[in-house]
Amino acid sequence: MNNFTYLQATQAKEATAAVRDSKDAAFIAGGTTLLDLMKLNVENHGQLVDINMLAFKGIEQTSDGLRIGALERMSDVGENPLVLQNYPAVSQSLLLAASPQLRNMASIGGNLLQRTRCGYFRDTAFPCNKRQPGSGCPAQDGENRGLAILGTSKSCIATFPGDLAVALVALDAVLLLENAKGKQRRVPLVDFHLLPGTTPQKETVLEPGELIVSVTIPAAAHARKSTYLKVRDRTSYAYALASAAVGLDVQSGTIRSARVALGGVGTKPWRSLAAEKILTGAPATEATFRAAAAAAVRDAQPREQNRFKVELAQNTLVRALTELTTA
Amino acid sequence: MYENEPAFFETSPKPGVVGKPLDRVDGRDKVMGRAKYSAEYPLPGLTYGVLKTSDIAKGRIQRIDTSAAQKEPGVLAIYTHENLPKLAKTPNDPDGKKAIGAPMGFLPMTSDVVHYAGQPVALVVADTFERATHAARLVQVTYAAEQPIAAYTDPKAQLFNPEKIQDGKADGYTRRGDARAAMASAPVKMTAVYTHAINHHNPMEPGATTAIWEGPDRLTVYESTQGVTRTQKALSTMLGLPQDQVRVITKYLGGGFGCKGSCWPHTVLTVQAAKALGRPVKLVLTRQQQFTSMGHREDQTQTLSAGATQDGKLLALIHEKTATTSPWDNYTESNSKIINMLYECPTFESHYELGRANVMTSTFTRAPGEAPGSFAIECLMDDLAYKLGIDPIEIRLRNYAEKDPSTGQAWSSKGLRECYARGAELFGWSKRNPKAGQTRDGRTLVGWGMATASYPVHNSQGTARVRLYADGHAVVQSGATDLGTGTYTVMTQVAADSLGLPPEKIRFELGDTKLPTAPNSGGSVAAGTVSSSVYMAAQDVWERLTKMAIKDPKSPLFKAKPEEVVMEKGRLQLKKNASKGEDFKALMKRAGMDDIEGSGQGKYGAGYEAGQSTAAAGDAHKDEAAKHSMHSFGAHFCEVHVDPDLGTVRVKRWVSVHAAGRILNAKTARSQIIGGSIFGIGAALMEATARDPHYARYTNADLAEYHIPVNADIPEMTVEFIDEHDPFINAMGVKGIGEISMVGVSAAVANAVFHATGKRVRDLPITPDKILGTKAV
Repeated sequence: MNNFTYLQATQAKEATAAVRDSKDAAFIAGGTTLLDLMKLNVENHGQLVDINMLAFKGIEQTSDGLRIGALERMSDVGENPLVLQNYPAVSQSLLLAASPQLRNMASIGGNLLQRTRCGYFRDTAFPCNKRQPGSGCPAQDGENRGLAILGTSKSCIATFPGDLAVALVALDAVLLLENAKGKQRRVPLVDFHLLPGTTPQKETVLEPGELIVSVTIPAAAHARKSTYLKVRDRTSYAYALASAAVGLDVQSGTIRSARVALGGVGTKPWRSLAAEKILTGAPATEATFRAAAAAAVRDAQPREQNRFKVELAQNTLVRALTELTTA
Repeated sequence: MYENEPAFFETSPKPGVVGKPLDRVDGRDKVMGRAKYSAEYPLPGLTYGVLKTSDIAKGRIQRIDTSAAQKEPGVLAIYTHENLPKLAKTPNDPDGKKAIGAPMGFLPMTSDVVHYAGQPVALVVADTFERATHAARLVQVTYAAEQPIAAYTDPKAQLFNPEKIQDGKADGYTRRGDARAAMASAPVKMTAVYTHAINHHNPMEPGATTAIWEGPDRLTVYESTQGVTRTQKALSTMLGLPQDQVRVITKYLGGGFGCKGSCWPHTVLTVQAAKALGRPVKLVLTRQQQFTSMGHREDQTQTLSAGATQDGKLLALIHEKTATTSPWDNYTESNSKIINMLYECPTFESHYELGRANVMTSTFTRAPGEAPGSFAIECLMDDLAYKLGIDPIEIRLRNYAEKDPSTGQAWSSKGLRECYARGAELFGWSKRNPKAGQTRDGRTLVGWGMATASYPVHNSQGTARVRLYADGHAVVQSGATDLGTGTYTVMTQVAADSLGLPPEKIRFELGDTKLPTAPNSGGSVAAGTVSSSVYMAAQDVWERLTKMAIKDPKSPLFKAKPEEVVMEKGRLQLKKNASKGEDFKALMKRAGMDDIEGSGQGKYGAGYEAGQSTAAAGDAHKDEAAKHSMHSFGAHFCEVHVDPDLGTVRVKRWVSVHAAGRILNAKTARSQIIGGSIFGIGAALMEATARDPHYARYTNADLAEYHIPVNADIPEMTVEFIDEHDPFINAMGVKGIGEISMVGVSAAVANAVFHATGKRVRDLPITPDKILGTKAV
């Protein structure tokens, strides 16, 4: 870890301007990913701007849906009654993530910005296009069991590791961002994360100095009836090998609306409109679910060690849909 | 058979504390943060060392630019192969390695050669840990890199058949009878290939060294080690100092599991830095460095073939193992030993094949050889049971070895039959569905599996000293190590009973080369050897006091014969007339003595069979003992729930029953078996270090990505011990349980997975990808 200066910001503008005007400053909220990566020298920041004093708090009903402040902690949101009642998939995705200690520290905004766990990214002795553009991607033919099968490129197959973003992207969450000029904009979460393409170092649409202020999740029948299923190597405290966030509105055995996203398998939180299209208007049967699952992974490009994820992702999705309709 | 057990054993069940679930005597200090580990000594002038390790796995260092690092505030020195003082001896040649007792025939930073990724290339010392860490990052190393070999599976790996393995301690080839011929004519034949991932020990406390030069040739080291004496010997040999000029202290250890059983490079590098700098240096490995600093369990493949009769009697076993080793050593775990002795089988053959790769030398990892070896033989026995339609316990009983097949010797004791019976009863094995893939609980498949465990009692000896005070308390010392498993506690119990005092009147001291020498705490030898040493030292005290009493005209025992006198609860009295005697305090007071000392030696093979007294038993029965094969035995039973769609395996029930001689503390023993079983469940279901095939570098060297079980993975565990009296192994009849607790565990899990799914996974760990595609048969 390198030496850095520390600034505690009390106003959003102070924070965003400080980061925009610096070559190597970064925001710090919970710090659960950032400090880890700084200790590994994967990230090297000359200044950390502490945003914990900013007013990006609160969990409240609005006319657009549930608004969650970006500085709310994972544990508080996961256990919030409104979230539990109206967005069960969101609550589950939070409470199945990390450990209680991490959930007590990590912020919602920071969690959406969590960086990949790819072992090549996290060790500076390896080449990595995401860390050092143009240096190469040894993961392609290396230890890629945990890496992505969807949204990959020749430059990068790093998995987006988070859980919350998968649930939120399924349920049409919209982010409110604020830049250093104090200007705010709304970005649907589905458009927030970028595919690696040839620029895997660019992970989101955030401009320099721009902050996530809040997340809003629209109210919907498929949000109230939603679930998050996570499959991993151990029962707790592990990243997903595959996960599925699904929401369904089923009436008289017919699916009126459906929301599907996959985690642990994509280079970004993987919303599957193809699966939703098959589900919508179809009978809520295993055959439908299977067809939807097949559609969700149709474009999968597995590598040698993560081939099983094609099957696992489908089974996970089918199981999540089945549990939702039989519960 | 047990009537000649020493008085201690006769009395211990009554008022004694041996065997009782005494709370840890060091528990309070640990939870209060008062127990000091090796990196926790706040010394005046202490400095902080941080290693810079190699980015490449093979090549040469061309240049090390330390200029940027030197300029950082607080940096005191930067050591590399160019400026470290020369050692008197290094392990770089076989003689040096042997003299040092080094785990690896290569010491980094003695030349510009890089043999493995993560090899230390520089050591930065600064006035704070953070400054040293930062400066280490600024050290620029330029390499001439070559293409490394990552594993024996690399086609470029040079494969060879070693004559000896495990540092010469085991044979690379074993043959008993004509297994090939027996196999050829066997009515039933089976062959299977078993693979085992790289495993790392990952103790909570990483490797840590604090080195203080007390004078130009006098060194004190606080070291995170399983053996202070072995470290003392290694360091003094490398430094060219008399052994007694090096003092090694390990008061508390945060786990070891074998990786702290030897003196690894970071320790001597820290010592050298402290010498060159002239100030104490502390160095603690980071978790990432831990993966390339203290060995690992090697990646390996076993091929096991069995020939058997139609009713399941083994006729032949042929075992082949191929594994990765380092560029210099022929280290590999001796898997074949347990396969050669576990069941009655007239013929046996084993071969080892090693492949040189750019990795550090692997080392003993909990149950080295026995753990992966038992995985192969115990899965194969299970396969044989299904193939022939025989219950898995029944097939093991049909092949029950009444004596050690590998040596022909009688067992010193063997309670395996009792372990099977009690384990089966506790588990409800009789209700088992004989067919695999038949039991469901909702969407999950339910399976039951079992496996045998065994671990040898290794040759070992040690010494202890007792100082008994006339006011009725005692200090007892032996230079053993407590890995965290309870050595402080059980030795306090043994001393209490041996001296007839309550445990709170005993202080047991360990972990210091200034104390009487004890063996490495490894190979399950500590409990048996150290407890026997303590017991013998107490006997020595009683003999001295008895001699005093019978010469003292004021003593009721005046002119008694020594052999007529016994100790009972701190009282010396006549064997035949208990009323005639006196308390030791009275005797000592009369003699004007404040304290009295005794010392004793605990020896392997010095059991109490046919001994008049244990002191005599010591050597008199060694010959008798040598005729025996000495092993612990046990059986594990396991229920798993397998989700065939998601590939997840969860252990839902666990029963372990062991026959391991005398159990010194019911609570710490139970905890140790639970810990070992969890260690085994980790190896069975999730533990695997991934090494990149091109860079020969690990890609998951942290505890988030190297999975060990969490509480949610582990069910309630039932642990029992068979009451077993072994008259040969040592004076206390203690076999030790640290290693056996994980032997057979991975097979029990794999066998349960097979019973659940009908699919045999022979590739550890059994992660979801290996279950997928499973359909119940």
